[in-house]
Amino acid sequence: MGKPSDLVQGTLDLLILKTILLEPMHGWAIAKRIQQVSREVLQVQQGSLYPALHRLEQQGWIKAKWAESETGRQAKFYALTAAGRKRLEAETANWNRLSAAIDLIVAEA
Amino acid sequence: MRWLAELRMRIGMLFGRGKAGVRLDDELRDHLERQVAENIAAGMNGEEARYAALRTFGNPALLREQARTTWSWQWLESLARDVRFGARSLRRSPGFSLIAIAVMALCIGATTSLFTVVRSVLMRPLPFRDPGRLVMLYEHFRDARDNQAGFNYNTVAPADYADWRAQTHGFEDMAAWRWWQFNLTGERGELPELVTARSGSWNLFPLLGVQAAIGRTFTESEDRLDGTAVMLTWSLYERRFGGDPSIVGRQIHLDGEPYTVVGVLPKSFTYPDAKVELWVPFLSGLPAEIVPHHDYHFGRVVARLKPDVSLASALSQVEAVQYRLHLQYPVAPVAEDVVSRTINDDLAKDVKKPLLLLMCAVGCMLLIGCLNVANLLVARGAARQKEMAIRGALGAQRLTLIRAQLTESLLICLTGGVGGVLLSLAATNWMASRWKDLPSAEGIHIDAVVLGFACALVFAAALLAGLLPAISSTGKAAFASLQASSRSTTGNLSRATLRKTLLTVEIAVTVVLLIGAGLLLRSFVRLQNADVGCATGNLLTLNFSVPVQKYSSPAKVNAFNESLLEKLRALPGVRAVALGSDLPGEGNGGDDIFIIKEHPPLKPSDTLPDAFTLWADPGYFSALQIPLLNGRFFSRDDRLDRARKVIVSSRLARQYFPGENPVGKVVHVRAYNDADYEIVGVVGDTLGQVGKPVEPAMYYPILLGGLNRGESLAIRTDADPLAMSVPVQKQIAALDPEMPVSNVQTMQQAIGDSLGNASFSATLVLAFSVLSLLLASVGLYGVLSYLMAQRTTEIGVRLALGAQRDQLLRLILFDGLRPAVIGLALGAAASAGITQLIGSMLYDTRPLDPTVYVAVTFTLLLVATLACMIPAWRASRLDPMQALRME
Repeated sequence: MGKPSDLVQGTLDLLILKTILLEPMHGWAIAKRIQQVSREVLQVQQGSLYPALHRLEQQGWIKAKWAESETGRQAKFYALTAAGRKRLEAETANWNRLSAAIDLIVAEA
Repeated sequence: MRWLAELRMRIGMLFGRGKAGVRLDDELRDHLERQVAENIAAGMNGEEARYAALRTFGNPALLREQARTTWSWQWLESLARDVRFGARSLRRSPGFSLIAIAVMALCIGATTSLFTVVRSVLMRPLPFRDPGRLVMLYEHFRDARDNQAGFNYNTVAPADYADWRAQTHGFEDMAAWRWWQFNLTGERGELPELVTARSGSWNLFPLLGVQAAIGRTFTESEDRLDGTAVMLTWSLYERRFGGDPSIVGRQIHLDGEPYTVVGVLPKSFTYPDAKVELWVPFLSGLPAEIVPHHDYHFGRVVARLKPDVSLASALSQVEAVQYRLHLQYPVAPVAEDVVSRTINDDLAKDVKKPLLLLMCAVGCMLLIGCLNVANLLVARGAARQKEMAIRGALGAQRLTLIRAQLTESLLICLTGGVGGVLLSLAATNWMASRWKDLPSAEGIHIDAVVLGFACALVFAAALLAGLLPAISSTGKAAFASLQASSRSTTGNLSRATLRKTLLTVEIAVTVVLLIGAGLLLRSFVRLQNADVGCATGNLLTLNFSVPVQKYSSPAKVNAFNESLLEKLRALPGVRAVALGSDLPGEGNGGDDIFIIKEHPPLKPSDTLPDAFTLWADPGYFSALQIPLLNGRFFSRDDRLDRARKVIVSSRLARQYFPGENPVGKVVHVRAYNDADYEIVGVVGDTLGQVGKPVEPAMYYPILLGGLNRGESLAIRTDADPLAMSVPVQKQIAALDPEMPVSNVQTMQQAIGDSLGNASFSATLVLAFSVLSLLLASVGLYGVLSYLMAQRTTEIGVRLALGAQRDQLLRLILFDGLRPAVIGLALGAAASAGITQLIGSMLYDTRPLDPTVYVAVTFTLLLVATLACMIPAWRASRLDPMQALRME
């Protein structure tokens, strides 16, 4: 059972933004997608996912729309906004810098 | 742009949160169902799949809450919830709520009212240009004794003022004014009336920065001895002249002389008080020989400090000038020093101390009120201990619980505060009209600052009353009640201790208030019973003023006075009549220095003999029943040129003729005709002003002529003196229909009026302290009732085991009385220190007056015993079976 702390602190935003870069998705799909792409390593808890989604929405980086899902029911689809795209770039750059730095230290040791 | 989008989002969330909440639920349910579907697809059956999904999902309520917190209106939501819960729980116990709200309304209302008055009187800027730089200058005699009116802040001689103004540079300018009154006679047959006036130097209005509302202020050339310009205040302009602006430029008659109205002062100008009806120039009507004198003290000097000069340096220049003058005139009473005070302090001089005292008293009452509400809340906290424990166990944070309870006390205080402000609207008006000596009574009203103060008060009170109970009822120990059996009898001990402590403080503050009130009341009773030196029963008093223009010679004045006396004495029902310049208790008209011819000449450093000067007719002393101690009274022969005689008071004889017989001695009075006067008699002392010490007094025969400050008449009657007022006034009108008569009242009324302020503050402080006592006793009753309810089982067991009922009664009574006794001791000790501060307000009463302390102790013990008796008696009458079965 993955705990929220399994995710590196502060990377959930990045993961969400990156996941919905290609197409709008609803919450469940976002969680599933992250899980699949990371080959079951990263498990996003609902307890972290929905507060994060709502926070991102409040900050204007993603926007939500109710639409019919593949099962025929109404679901809330999240999509990136223009501001969200910029944010994603910034977060990605930041992540690259950070992970490279960590790599350096880990390789050294 | 981002912030704009964010703002739109937030506002959208504020109004659309209900819908958003439903949507959030939908979203979460959708997620859950997908999980269930996936689990079924993985091979679980329906029930199992649902439980597994719920397990991964976690607590849906918590999840919903967490998502909602991102909507940024969480605080509003929880506030609304707290308010809703608070209001609901207050509604559930209306008795408690009503009492608490009424207590807070009373306390906040009283505090707000008093603050309104204090602000208007002590803090409001005067409607002058830059009032912070205005000071009043006074002369100061080094031998002045404390608490003696006049000499500490002595009025200024016109010649001193002229020298100060000419020879110093620290002030932009100085102006002077003095008290005056006129007989205003009608132009078209209106009644004559005595109007209060001030004469102010021509530069006074420019100095204050006041412009005339209509017309102009005085010019320098109008400020001369025979000046006849006059300015009306707005009230006289409206009242007497119907607000007709054409009055400016016309003439009115003052003391029979024509004066030209040059302007009308604005409505906001009520300096120095609202009773002033008109202004004339400073020098106007002043006898020419007074102007160059350095020892005729009657002016009040207003000075405006230069912007870059400190008060100390400006004042030191004036002091240097004054000290030179003092050395120059060694035998005249020319003061050594100059003192100053701000113009605001000057106006509030008599009321500042009582006002601050009342403010403290009302503050104490507010404190007691808060403690009482806190006490009630602690009691409620006990009743709701289970509720708190359950809420805590369900995951409410301690801060949330405290906030919820604080909201409750805030609701109480807020409702009370609204009631209090409404209450104070009425109370402030009442106070302003009742307290006659307030300098700006008409400017007292509630405004935004006062409302802000009331709001601050509400929050402070809510915090004070709510915080302690809230903290104590949400601590870790509070949750013990879930574990303990319901039969807990000891679990609440700490809470009981808290309540007792609160109660002790409450009683201590009450005792301080009660002792303060007791001292003021005792002092007031002493004042009322003070012997003014004459028999005050059955005396009708009135003032009139013989206009100098019409009665231009002393002989004419004497003729009027003597025929009036003759007519009044002939009236049926009149026993005796006294005519003089002042009557005992009416205040002191003025004082003069004198030299005793028979004594060796004084050294320049000696204090000159000084006495209050009064004028009396031959029947004055016998009519007022002032005893003759030596020599004789005046006779009708002591008139005009043959009247160079004086009668002195016993105090003067003792002070200046120790071991001698003053009768037959001669005193020289420079200020009054510069002549010698033979002492013909010694009479008993009278009080010029009740509450002030006896001062030496010297009486001139009124038939000497030359009295220029208005006559006082006292008529001793057989029966009700007020019934004689119409016949007496008819006699005066028969002699001269234009003679204005004022202050027709009995002597007891006149003296009572002068005590008005003392009685007012004593009554108010007493009212506050009685209310506080009531609050404290209710608190005592409440605490003990609560403790008894807690100990019902214990008492039942004791009774069942054979405890005697009167023993139990005593046990419980002493338990309740302990905080009362400790509070009493603390309060008495604190009072001993605090009451020293009001020492100067007390008349003939020491701050440690044992009678007051004993009386307060007994009252408090009595009230406390009564408050404890009811719960104690009820407990001792418990049926043990019932008590044991109760749980």
